[in-house]
Amino acid sequence: MNAGVVEPPGKMGRRRFLDYLFGTSLAALAGAVLYPILHYLVPPKVKEVTASSVVAAKAADLPPNTGKIVAFGGKPAIVLRTPEGEVRAFTAICTHLACTVQYRPDLKHIWCACHDGHYDLHGQVLAGPPPRPLDAFKATVRGDDVIISRG
Amino acid sequence: MSVRGWLEERVRYQGVETFLRHKEVPRHRFAATYYTGGITLFFFLVQVLTGLLLLMYYRPTADAAFESVRLIMAKVRFGWLVRAVHIWSANLMVLGVFLHLGATYFGKAYRRPREITWLTGGGLLVITLAFGFTGYLLPWNTLAYFATQVGTEIAGDVPLIGRGLLVLLRGGENVTEATLSRFFGIHVAILPAVTTLLLGLHLLLVQVHGMSRPVAVPETGSEPFYPHFIMRDVLVWVVLLGGVAVLATLVPWELGEKADPLAPAPPGLKPEWYFLFMYQALRMLPARVLWVEGEMIGVLAFVLAGTLLILVPFLDVWAKRERRHHLFTVAGVVAVLFVIAMTVLGLRMEF
Repeated sequence: MNAGVVEPPGKMGRRRFLDYLFGTSLAALAGAVLYPILHYLVPPKVKEVTASSVVAAKAADLPPNTGKIVAFGGKPAIVLRTPEGEVRAFTAICTHLACTVQYRPDLKHIWCACHDGHYDLHGQVLAGPPPRPLDAFKATVRGDDVIISRG
Repeated sequence: MSVRGWLEERVRYQGVETFLRHKEVPRHRFAATYYTGGITLFFFLVQVLTGLLLLMYYRPTADAAFESVRLIMAKVRFGWLVRAVHIWSANLMVLGVFLHLGATYFGKAYRRPREITWLTGGGLLVITLAFGFTGYLLPWNTLAYFATQVGTEIAGDVPLIGRGLLVLLRGGENVTEATLSRFFGIHVAILPAVTTLLLGLHLLLVQVHGMSRPVAVPETGSEPFYPHFIMRDVLVWVVLLGGVAVLATLVPWELGEKADPLAPAPPGLKPEWYFLFMYQALRMLPARVLWVEGEMIGVLAFVLAGTLLILVPFLDVWAKRERRHHLFTVAGVVAVLFVIAMTVLGLRMEF
């Protein structure tokens, strides 16, 4: 880089050696600063709520042709009673772009408002952009409690 | 067309390059004081970077603030380091500001044509102290809570506007979550915005006028600003970065107890060291001087002294004729001795 300095072949000149030291020092410094910063930006693990079952509603509060959004393991789930009186539960997270779905009594099925996604009462896609059906949970009525659980 | 040519046509950087190449930094006995501004700037940049990082996890509510800082210190990787660097660098920045103030005052750098540089510097001094005062409350611990209680109470002693100032600062009659919201907004939005403007002007004017030569100090030559001076400036920065990292690792800052507005004030309550001289002087005043409150006299005296300091370029009419007037040297020395004496007294005081 210095035209005036003639380097002997096969040997590193003083100038190039100093440039090399300077460059590697800068790289080491940048690494020492960036390493803690990048680690800092990674959010610490939050304990995941892993309830395997939850009392989602009182059976009396869930008449036929209604639905309710409840928290299940820190995420929204939808528990509903079909017009025929059967209790079912699904994840309430739309498979399209993760909006929360809702029960539409007038349509008698599940609907996502964000991009007009329709699911039937088994979680299967009826219309709209959702690529997959909603995951189903097990819903049971025990006494007065509606209990939902995984698998 | 070459990359340089392409850039030159669009950015016109060659004017700047030529300017920097021709800019000279004078050499003399006190040339080391030229580093004080750069040192302060370095700590400010560290504050911006670590402050942005702390913002990723900090939550400014009375319920969550303390816990979020504890999360940063205990759970976030290197969170303890980021917080400790932010606090250490803040304290060192205040120290840098004081050194820079001393260097420019005694070097009479405020004289014509640098009056506006001095005024923007005065504004930056006030902003730095405001940064320290507002930032101190944010962890919402007991010490911070009562320091803010006392500090804003003292602001209430400013004649005429005191009461209004107190309510304006606290966002109400008392120090509450509203105060925390306010201080957070001031600390992370208002002060940085104003700093950017004032600092931009300050640095621009320094480039326009070049370094000031102290009055009546013989010059022994000069060196190019770029690359000689800049390189040495950056070397100082690298050493400071290492120093801050070592301090932050070996001497951490405690988080203390979460603030409880109903708990009695703890013993040993002191403001940050850079407010200690004012605090100590106010405490030593009698409760009443003639018919007025002693504290009010003290606060008035500090407001007056600050105003005189800011206005010194227009008071020291001798400096622009390159002459030293003893009045300003003596006043400066007395002020420095006063600050040191009061700080020492404040540190030694038994509570």
